[in-house]
Amino acid sequence: MPAWLMQPRTGGLLLLAAIMVLVYLAAPNNFYLDVAIQIGLNAIVVVGLNLLIGYAGQISLGHAGFFGLGAYASAVLPAHFGVPPLAAPVVGMLSVGLLAFLVARPILRLKGHYLAMATLGLGILVFMLLTNESQLTGGPDGMAVERLRIFGERISGKDWWYLITAAMLLLSVWLTLNLIDSPTGRALRALHDSQIAAQVAGVDVARFKVIAFVYSAMLASLAGSMSALYSGFVTPDKAGFIHSIELVIMVVLGGMGSTFGGILGAAVLTSLPQFLTVFAEYEHMILGAILMAVMIFLRRGILPSTLDLLARRRTG
Amino acid sequence: MRLSRFLKGATAAAAVVALSAGFAAGEAAAQIKIGSVLSITGPASFLGDPEDKTLRMYVDKINAAGGVNGEQLELVVYDSEGDANKARTLATRLIEDDGIVAMVGGSTTGTTMAMVPLFEEAEIPFISLAGGIVIVEPVKPFVFKTPHTDRMACEKIFEDLQARGLSKVGLISGTGGFGKSMRGQCIDVADDYGIEIVADETYGPRDTDMTPQLTNIRNAEGLQAVLNAGFGQGPAIVTKNFAQLGIEVPLYQSHGVASKSFIELAGAAAEGVRLPAAALLVADQLADDDPQKQVVVDYKTAFEAEWNQPVSTFGGHAYDGLMILVEAIERAGNADPVAIRDAIEQTSGFMGTAGEVNMSAEDHMGLDLTAFRMLEIQNGDWTIVE
Repeated sequence: MPAWLMQPRTGGLLLLAAIMVLVYLAAPNNFYLDVAIQIGLNAIVVVGLNLLIGYAGQISLGHAGFFGLGAYASAVLPAHFGVPPLAAPVVGMLSVGLLAFLVARPILRLKGHYLAMATLGLGILVFMLLTNESQLTGGPDGMAVERLRIFGERISGKDWWYLITAAMLLLSVWLTLNLIDSPTGRALRALHDSQIAAQVAGVDVARFKVIAFVYSAMLASLAGSMSALYSGFVTPDKAGFIHSIELVIMVVLGGMGSTFGGILGAAVLTSLPQFLTVFAEYEHMILGAILMAVMIFLRRGILPSTLDLLARRRTG
Repeated sequence: MRLSRFLKGATAAAAVVALSAGFAAGEAAAQIKIGSVLSITGPASFLGDPEDKTLRMYVDKINAAGGVNGEQLELVVYDSEGDANKARTLATRLIEDDGIVAMVGGSTTGTTMAMVPLFEEAEIPFISLAGGIVIVEPVKPFVFKTPHTDRMACEKIFEDLQARGLSKVGLISGTGGFGKSMRGQCIDVADDYGIEIVADETYGPRDTDMTPQLTNIRNAEGLQAVLNAGFGQGPAIVTKNFAQLGIEVPLYQSHGVASKSFIELAGAAAEGVRLPAAALLVADQLADDDPQKQVVVDYKTAFEAEWNQPVSTFGGHAYDGLMILVEAIERAGNADPVAIRDAIEQTSGFMGTAGEVNMSAEDHMGLDLTAFRMLEIQNGDWTIVE
């Protein structure tokens, strides 16, 4: 096999694209496409969040807040400010990027538990804002989202959204892999291993943390906007604490510091509850058991640990 | 070694295939498949749990009695955990994968509204069990609902105030979804009844003392009555504080506290409190010639016998939804979703636990104010205000 094909940037992307086509062809009906779209939307957030958690080594328990802001941008801007639905996600992304930039410096000065608390607080603030400003957001019951129209064509079918989600996921993965492979990525990795060593080696620690934070927040906002436009309805739940936790679990489950691992984590955690509904009330128990087993036996996350095992078997 | 591992894997795969084939074969009989997405667990489980139990119990009863149009009903229930996003995915699953012909479900307004676009696009009738007025206003062709709206609760209370010659009302509401929505609706319809809101206070869902807000209300000029919109613990605390402060005007609660646990929580302070509620709550006290008596007593008896727990109005909404649907399928004569929709819209004179339902193309709820009874708490129990 040629060496370039084994690179994550080319080989991995090709593999991802191939899987996407296969899933599309193999999906027996629209329900499976719907789950695949949900996976894709979560994966876009996770790809960004993984850069922050897995590479920059910064935890965030508030990313659902950015997701929620993006979602409400596509809902509120067209409904109350006359912004066309196609432009709303862009406006949302830029505003979220600005917000993340403004809060990043003070927040990212914190470490460990304190950083977790600060991001948690940020997420909860967003949640409360969306819940309480009911004139704008419809309050706890949520609000409807105007359908996306491109050249007068209403974009609401599953096929369309599968295509859009797949394209955006590929794009964000490609961007992220490029970023990881750049001096910025190497600085981030140095940061993860040892902040002091990185600083000594001349890495502007604060700057790179901010870059990772803003980048991941903007990806979360994009995914949020897409999810709102796709489902045609938003509720503050999307910005809630539980969703933030789910996103972090996806990163950890799939593999911190592995972009494709994160996507796998998103796929497992989004689709597993769907397959487990047959167990009815035992669903949560089985889901918990599976997650525990994965964390005990594949400690570095599903993808990195499995690759390790395969490599060890090949050599040994 | 390698071969044996391969064989093991292959056997496991074969077992999975065989199992799923077995499931598929079991479903072949002629059935009418209806679906439901309910908030069975999570913060809204007090809605979803009795709804789930009611649906299961009555689908079994209907099937035991020969089904609908000679066909058996098959009920598929999923738990949304009160999460709108999950509800949406599960609804997609019901429509696309399970192939249902109609849906009775959606415990909360949030989950319902998240699912509405799917049913409208798939052209499958959806009878919601949630209260919000946005569900049926504006009317959506395939969406119906069974419970009263909070607007009707406001109207019922204002009607009672009018009858007592009171017009200056102090409003205190919870900041949760229910309290917020009802507050908005009450302010909206106040003018129609010549009611003036002289104070407007709120409290958080976990507040344990509402004395400051109530003191503000007491000091409002010309106060003649106090109305509390909210459910859960809040209203019980409001009622207690209200009595402690010795405020001497009538206190009205919403239909959100229409359960025995409210009286237990508020204790003696609950005496004299009025609230609008469905007839189900006072089933035994209804006059024998009351047209609703039969249906509410039957439902109450059946539910309590089967599940050994007190009946709630929320389960009643599920009963109404299922029965409206079953009658519609019988009238339509077949289980075609569009035919069922048309039949549901023609529902008239249906007597449910929430009241008499008369639907039309402009009204997809079909209830009027007679569906609510004004109750007063006397000697630790409900009494009907005539």
